[in-house]
Amino acid sequence: MDFLTVKNLTKSHPSPEGGRVVVVDVAEFALAEGAQLALRGGSGSGKTTFLNLIAGILAPDTGEINLGGESMTGQSEAGRDRLRAATIGYVFQTFNLLQGYTCLENVELGMAFGPLGRDHARARALLERMGLGARLGHRPSQLSVGQQQRVAVARALANRPRLVLADEPTGNLDRANSREALRLIRETCREEGAALLLVSHDEDVLADFGDVMDFAALNQAGREAVR
Amino acid sequence: MSTLFLLVRRSLRQHALSTLVTALSIALAGGLLMAVWAVKTQARAVFTQTDTGFDAVLGARGSKLQLVLNAVFHLEASPGNITAADYDQIRANPAVRRAVPLALGDNLKGYRIVGTIPEFFTEGEYAPGRHFKLAQGKWFALMAREAVVGDFAARQLGLKVGDTFHPFHGLSYNPSEQHAETYVVAGVLAPSNTPVDKVVWIPVEGVQTMTGHDPKMSDELSAVLVKLTSPMVGFQLDRIYNREGSRLTFAYPIGAIVADLFGKISWFDQVLSLVAWLVAVVSAAGVLVAIYNSMSARRKDLAILRALGARRVLLFASVVTEAAMIGALGMVLALAVYAGIFYGVAAAIRAQTGVALEPWAWTPVFVWAPLGMVVLCALSGLLPAAKAYRTDVARHLAPLS
Repeated sequence: MDFLTVKNLTKSHPSPEGGRVVVVDVAEFALAEGAQLALRGGSGSGKTTFLNLIAGILAPDTGEINLGGESMTGQSEAGRDRLRAATIGYVFQTFNLLQGYTCLENVELGMAFGPLGRDHARARALLERMGLGARLGHRPSQLSVGQQQRVAVARALANRPRLVLADEPTGNLDRANSREALRLIRETCREEGAALLLVSHDEDVLADFGDVMDFAALNQAGREAVR
Repeated sequence: MSTLFLLVRRSLRQHALSTLVTALSIALAGGLLMAVWAVKTQARAVFTQTDTGFDAVLGARGSKLQLVLNAVFHLEASPGNITAADYDQIRANPAVRRAVPLALGDNLKGYRIVGTIPEFFTEGEYAPGRHFKLAQGKWFALMAREAVVGDFAARQLGLKVGDTFHPFHGLSYNPSEQHAETYVVAGVLAPSNTPVDKVVWIPVEGVQTMTGHDPKMSDELSAVLVKLTSPMVGFQLDRIYNREGSRLTFAYPIGAIVADLFGKISWFDQVLSLVAWLVAVVSAAGVLVAIYNSMSARRKDLAILRALGARRVLLFASVVTEAAMIGALGMVLALAVYAGIFYGVAAAIRAQTGVALEPWAWTPVFVWAPLGMVVLCALSGLLPAAKAYRTDVARHLAPLS
């Protein structure tokens, strides 16, 4: 059964020359509950915008996004915030950890705005699962890049999401850390029963996925740009 | 709610230096505001209630305020002398319960020597129902060269029971004007926190007959403190002495005359208050500038929090709360500034008048000033909060992949 469905989704930005540039134009897309899918795409292909639309961070120009039977596109901004906090975990390329907060607080804030609220024990358990049990009180700047990525993964899973969006999650890691991070993301998503939608241009990462889709094939706006 | 306070706490810590500097400016403003207000309200209350248990002062023709300041607060020069007959006449008036003579003209190293009778202490009151008490020694004997020294004067002059001193002529200290008479300290008063504390008291005849004083004026007095049998008779005596007579002044009621002085200098209070409020507003503007300037650095954090599901209104509230917390922190520090200013001003007032102000006596300014400053700071947080509210999440989560 599909957890995420996208139909006739478009998003455009103002162009510097005037008018608008369409960056996302996806006719149809679906992701089953608990499935793990990788989207292949180069820089500037609109992948991040696509993920931001699914997460409700951006509102589309047209189209519909449905998450577990609830429409993301039919919501007010506050409604999108609520739905995102309740159902989505997001792993960013640059980790986007809050530098003034400890690892534990970063993970707690991953669940603070959803229905679970801040759960100290769960945050601790997730960080221990990531091998960071001894780093709970450390700030991100006191961790290695690989450790920071693991905190970001723990934070994305903190609110027991049904969908994890991962945007070039290994882009800032070396090969060994990249492989480890990917393993952790995939394993923990499976354990938590969350679907995973990952976008990357890294063939090593994509090779790890059985199910890979070209974003250029999905995004008509991207195809036009290529032409 | 706990998440809101976590965000506020961490933001304050992240910008600790600007938080501290801004809080210190709030502390200065808040402390100044509270001190100005507390000193002026307490000084007004204390001075208008200071009558040492008397209702009126009878003295030579002149200003009622000068008479009161001279006879009750031991400030200013005497407007002139009155005769013993004037004293006998008012003492014999059935409307007068008590009449106590005062004779001035000498000092001990700048502290006034005032001649009076022991009834001033035994029947006078430093507060309603409270008579003067001795901390050590005994009251002076009427015909002896003995003195009872006020608490503040005794401490400043280092006098204790059994010590001796020579009075100096005039109200200002001049070492070359020493009188030949030697006085013995018979007693030291317990603190009364009134002008009585800064006076050296001797028998009235002592001042009148001091060597070097004009023998023709040896039965004259500087003023008479009067306790009436009822408030109504005060107005009768006011009519008799002030309107029908032309030689004497009857200053009644003492409290209203002092209040009139405060009324005349109220513009000064208002200017001080206005300055304090302006400083407060400038400090609150400092909160606005400090937070507003840090907004660019905070944008990324705000975008991350929004991406995690934080609503715009929560981020708005966190910035306003942060501004209010800076105000609250500043007002906690303001207590130290307040205490510093108040103790300094109170010490100066005590040295000049003998009146002691109590820094921690309750006054509503302790509630409305901190609340006012916190609200002012919260209001100054509205503009940066609006900026936080409008944070563009996608743009500040860059880079795009």
